[in-house]
Amino acid sequence: MSESRETLPAHRAWMTVAQKVGTPIASVILAIGIGSVIMWASGYDPVAAFAALFKGSFGGPKQIGDTLLRSTPLILTGLSVAYGFRAGLFNIGAEGQLFMGGLVVAWLGVALTGLPWVVMVPLLVVAAMLAGAAWAFVPAILKARIGAHEVITTMMFTYIGRYIVSWLVVGPLKAPGQIPQTDALPIGSQLPRIQTLFSEATLEALPFLKLGRAHLGIVVAVIAALVVWFILKYTTLGYENRAVGFNPWASETGGISVQWTTVKALCISGALAGLAGAVEVMGVHHRIFDQFSSGFGFTGIAVALLAKNHPLGVIPAAILFGALSAGAGTMQLEAHVPQKIILIIQALVIFLVAAEEIVTWFIKRRQKEALSHVG
Amino acid sequence: MPVLELREITKVFPGVVANDRVSLVLERGEIVALLGENGAGKSTLMNVVYGLLSSDGGQVLVDDKPVKIKSPRQAIDLGIGMVHQHFMLVEPLTVTENIVLGREPGRFGVIDFTTAHKKVQEIATRYGLKVDPDARIMDLSVGMQQRVEILKALYQGARVLILDEPTAVLTPQEAKELFSVVRSLVDEGLSVVFITHKLEEVMSVSDRIIVMRDGRVVGETKPSETDDVGLARMMVGRDVVLSVEKGPSECAAEVLEVTDLHVKDDRGLEAVRGVSFTVCGGEIVALAGVSGNGQSELIEAIVGLRRPVGGRLMLKGVDITHASARVSIEAGVSHIPEDRHRRGLVLEFDLAENLILGDHRMPPYATRGIMHPSAVTATAEKRIADYDIRTPSWHVLASNLSGGNQQKVVVAREIGRNPELLVAAQPTRGLDVGAIEFVHRQILKERESGKAVLLVSLELEEVLSLADRILVIYEGRIVREFTAGEADEETLGYFMTGGGGTKLEDEGRTEHAEMAEGDA
Ligand SMILES: Nc1ncnc2c1ncn2[C@@H]1O[C@H](COP(=O)(O)OP(=O)(O)OP(=O)(O)O)[C@@H](O)[C@H]1O
Ligand SMILES: [Mg+2]
Repeated sequence: MSESRETLPAHRAWMTVAQKVGTPIASVILAIGIGSVIMWASGYDPVAAFAALFKGSFGGPKQIGDTLLRSTPLILTGLSVAYGFRAGLFNIGAEGQLFMGGLVVAWLGVALTGLPWVVMVPLLVVAAMLAGAAWAFVPAILKARIGAHEVITTMMFTYIGRYIVSWLVVGPLKAPGQIPQTDALPIGSQLPRIQTLFSEATLEALPFLKLGRAHLGIVVAVIAALVVWFILKYTTLGYENRAVGFNPWASETGGISVQWTTVKALCISGALAGLAGAVEVMGVHHRIFDQFSSGFGFTGIAVALLAKNHPLGVIPAAILFGALSAGAGTMQLEAHVPQKIILIIQALVIFLVAAEEIVTWFIKRRQKEALSHVG
Repeated sequence: MPVLELREITKVFPGVVANDRVSLVLERGEIVALLGENGAGKSTLMNVVYGLLSSDGGQVLVDDKPVKIKSPRQAIDLGIGMVHQHFMLVEPLTVTENIVLGREPGRFGVIDFTTAHKKVQEIATRYGLKVDPDARIMDLSVGMQQRVEILKALYQGARVLILDEPTAVLTPQEAKELFSVVRSLVDEGLSVVFITHKLEEVMSVSDRIIVMRDGRVVGETKPSETDDVGLARMMVGRDVVLSVEKGPSECAAEVLEVTDLHVKDDRGLEAVRGVSFTVCGGEIVALAGVSGNGQSELIEAIVGLRRPVGGRLMLKGVDITHASARVSIEAGVSHIPEDRHRRGLVLEFDLAENLILGDHRMPPYATRGIMHPSAVTATAEKRIADYDIRTPSWHVLASNLSGGNQQKVVVAREIGRNPELLVAAQPTRGLDVGAIEFVHRQILKERESGKAVLLVSLELEEVLSLADRILVIYEGRIVREFTAGEADEETLGYFMTGGGGTKLEDEGRTEHAEMAEGDA
């Protein structure tokens, strides 16, 4: 090929990164802009509101800790949904898998006794992931075998999972007392708060470590993001997952079993959601009850969309959503803006990102289904 | 007065100047052939004209007036229509519905189908485009679908028709019919630009030939002033050997043995009805047939993409009748699928990822499930160089390659795997003459090194020049076998369309032969 055409700019790699990050950032800025207009039109001061919001989410170590606390399950559910998307699957039922993960931990964490923390915690984590995977397994098999749409089946399993938990916390697993909840986990089954890992002296010397309620789950979540990133980028499992997500027919030609890959993808997605449930139980509530998740599984969809299904992008995306919910209280308190405004901004972010993503996703899927007669 | 004029059109992609100040004039009632190597910039230029791409410089004039074409909609309003190599029809809708889509006659959102119907019929008869207006797209052959695309452009009022590699997916018969349609279009005053790699088409159909290379126009000529060899030289910049030479084949050992194979198609009808043949190492066996006679299903069964319902497949003594595609690859079967976009490539993957699809589990690309990017890119770089894939680097997504270069990616991967059996369906579809020469040599090299090759091609010329044996398939059965030199295009065509009936004497079948229905 002639030399004259080779004008590859050296910064091309950076350009593509910038392009990928560009749309999500633009949608966030736009959402904040529209949110400001709404606040202004309703008679609030948007500048004061966002200042308070920022203060409430990043204003000090305690606030940052609060943001991290709320981001932790969202990182994991975001990863769950993103991993499914990368195989062309829409796991809308992460919430149900999260409940099953939480349930298994709340039960085993109390039932198993006498094991040291270093054994107990990994054991509970693995058990929760298996439970989440199991909860995704039936929809996965139905999808692979008879093509039942995962949006329907995982959603139905979410209802089943939630009702099972509702029943258990008033029935067989109910702790003594009035409140429908399970027994508290012993210390040996908990994920401790980060600040409890350091001595008073250290905390005095390094005050930024006083992260309040933030617990070790954030470390678990970040490790999970790195592992998922590695799987997608450097393993045959991830390669096949992405190949099937893009083009199942060509994958088949390349000897990839589309059915088996679908099953694996949904189960891994379920395992990550199950892990989110485990981390919430072990790090925050130390037990399970009906309302222990505030829709983390569903917010995970928004996180994955905002992250463009990139496992590392999931971290900042989850932190954004975590910060919005952490700062909402301060915003109401100091700027007198109702917390519900935060929901509007969240919805705007989701809408702006999702509008683009979902539309292209469905178009692609339709095209794939219609492509069969070309050539 | 020219209907369409391009002045100094420039289009730059990251790392590639696809069109470098290209100028071109199209007169009324003229057929211009656009010729050039894979990646020369032909499709890009026409996509600029059709408003699918925006140019980085230059001017488009329609009827001597400068215009800005920002979308296909504007192109259509200016009387420019385009038929892409990959059709853009809505499968479940009927012919009429597809044609009027976007321009439905009627009022208040209610489509007036009687008028639509009449108008479509009118255009169809006027230009000799026979097609059933009520048929669903998905039930039509590729040739018919293409007619619908052309009808659609005409319905929308096209005066300039752009055809991007229209004959790549057609049988020779369908191509002939297409050209008679094109003739009648220009007789009515339309102008046509068509892109093709088939030199004999260029010679027989076009009024003028424009040759592109590396994004520039490098020459203009007329069929009366040149010949195949001259055109090839203009395109590639060197002499191209248009015919292949090969010695007689010796059957070293049977590699593939197909015994009484029965395969069903997607609708559950038996598409392959008891086929038996063998392919030896060091031999090229070609399967000749009009598409829809079971060859796709037969191939899919051999490569493990479709389960046979009866019979047996043996590869070097190993039973692969029920092998999955993966087992089949690992047993040494390579497959160049006929539809590269659907079956051959993951368009959203980069070239490196595409160039190891199917090998991605095996060393050196992966061990114990962990992939080794350096081995992957090393192979990608080698295959890109060996097969002259025109691209700035392996980072480029497959979707950003020109059609012919996409095909080269598939061929490079499948032959590069060093298989025992190469199943090649339309291996040179969309390739330029230089690339065809190269791929033919690679296929012959496989044969020389004792590998078995099963070739399926609509190009009878390709079949005749490469194959040691030719099997003619008709209605799911092999109706005739020829050895190299025994057959010519006419004989093959006769048996392919059922001229020999559906039964083979020595198979001892008793059904009565269905005689040819001509070339309906
Ligand atoms: N969307 C795109 N992004 C980046 N590069 C592109 C894109 N489309 C085309 N190119 C590059 O522009 C050049 C010209 O491509 P084009 O498709 O016009 O070639 P062509 O002449 O039609 O070739 P072929 O005969 O193989 O179809 C090629 O090098 C191709 O890789
Ligand atoms: Mg092209």
